[in-house]
Amino acid sequence: MSAPLLSARGVTKRFGGRIACRDVSFDLWPGEVLGIVGESGSGKTTLLNCLAGRLLPDGGSVAYETQSAGTVDVHHLSEARRRLLARTEWGFVNQDARDGLRMGVSAGANIGERLMAVGARHYGDIRREAVDWMARVEIDADRLDDRPTTYSGGMRQRLQIARNLVSKPRLVFMDEPTGGLDVSVQARILDLLRGLVEGLHLSAVLVTHDLGVARLLTHRLMVMQGGAVVEQGLTDQVLDDPQDAYTQMLVASILPV
Amino acid sequence: MTSSQPALRVCGLAKSFTVHAQGGLSLPVLCDVSLSVSPGECLALVGPSGAGKSTLLRSLYGNYRADSGSIRVRQDNIWTELVGAEPRTVLDVRHRTMGFVSQFLRVIPRVSAVDVVAEPLLRRGTDADEARRRAEFLLGMLGIPARLWSLPPATFSGGEQQRVNIARSLIVDYPILLLDEPTASLDAANRDGVVELIRQRRDAGAAIVGIFHDTYVRDAVATRLHEVLPPAQPAGVSP
Repeated sequence: MSAPLLSARGVTKRFGGRIACRDVSFDLWPGEVLGIVGESGSGKTTLLNCLAGRLLPDGGSVAYETQSAGTVDVHHLSEARRRLLARTEWGFVNQDARDGLRMGVSAGANIGERLMAVGARHYGDIRREAVDWMARVEIDADRLDDRPTTYSGGMRQRLQIARNLVSKPRLVFMDEPTGGLDVSVQARILDLLRGLVEGLHLSAVLVTHDLGVARLLTHRLMVMQGGAVVEQGLTDQVLDDPQDAYTQMLVASILPV
Repeated sequence: MTSSQPALRVCGLAKSFTVHAQGGLSLPVLCDVSLSVSPGECLALVGPSGAGKSTLLRSLYGNYRADSGSIRVRQDNIWTELVGAEPRTVLDVRHRTMGFVSQFLRVIPRVSAVDVVAEPLLRRGTDADEARRRAEFLLGMLGIPARLWSLPPATFSGGEQQRVNIARSLIVDYPILLLDEPTASLDAANRDGVVELIRQRRDAGAAIVGIFHDTYVRDAVATRLHEVLPPAQPAGVSP
């Protein structure tokens, strides 16, 4: 079988004396969507940032299998190479779309910038692709030249998703992509993400505190508590037959609708 | 058309639940369960309520984590062990070999009934039009009115949702099918549609394990019974 796309070994990160994530190891295989769940403060986002090379862990390593240049150690790449990787083979969807978009330029430029990073040069092609992606994330094409500052929260999040996926990344990191949005907007974005992840055969690491989101989008789950992974396995198995005391408490705390 | 080689083999399977909120209370449910099912067979699990029939079925699908024993599935003529398997191994078996029909549909927001049903086929690379056609055919066969096909099933009745779920699970010709009360809460006419579909699958060579409380349905589809007893009273030991 093929090699894992991303391999974390013993990833540990401290902030001062506090351990934010402790000794996390896993393999992510092509086409898999891995969810990281746990309450706020459990170390989910710190782990995600370590995996994506945005934070330097104090211990452990993260290996990524590149498209053509073999396996690289994410934290031993030069800054320039890491940025190139982040713009070409990866995507990163932030919880707050303002962190993932350039708010001062048009929606079309936000999408086009990613295409140019992977070598697109023809203005007409870039614009056509941008229009196509606006439609895929259900934003009116006549908003293409508007800045994201004029967009609603849900539209910004969809634009951020378009910006990240237009260059057809192999691996997408997502930090609470539906956090802070109305429930109806959430459903729309979840539906969109589900379709895109499946249609583009993406691999993804998704941080969420919402077990419903995790059930809908992920194949596998890691449950974190106090910086450590307390349980991992198939998503439906972890949610329907949780083994660990903390996971049992989390699952039992979901309000039935 | 019973072949000599079984499709599914279970040996010495044990499953208990540990409830941490109750001070680590351990509830044994399955103890030393063994069975095997061949293509063309439909094994009906029978036993009193609470004996662990659903737990057994869910353990076979990897939805519940077995404590010990063996669940082996024949895939590409190779036995694949599911107890203790990596998630991607279980996902691969579910994707290609083993389908599960539960009583309840997990509704996906905003996705229409026909797309919910077609999804497993699309995931296997079937052409979108062909997948839709087969989804519509199944929905029609199960008595879901055409005017509902384009609506998300969230607002459907319980019986309608159940039939959408059955269509979704049966749209792929899985060599192994696990059925958990597929006809619960269906009226007689709709029940007959489901029975017909299950028989078609069985006669086409699927290996089926199911729970059917309705004796009419059980008699219509089962080729063999397998008794599931509560763990205090292990199978084969007279009380």
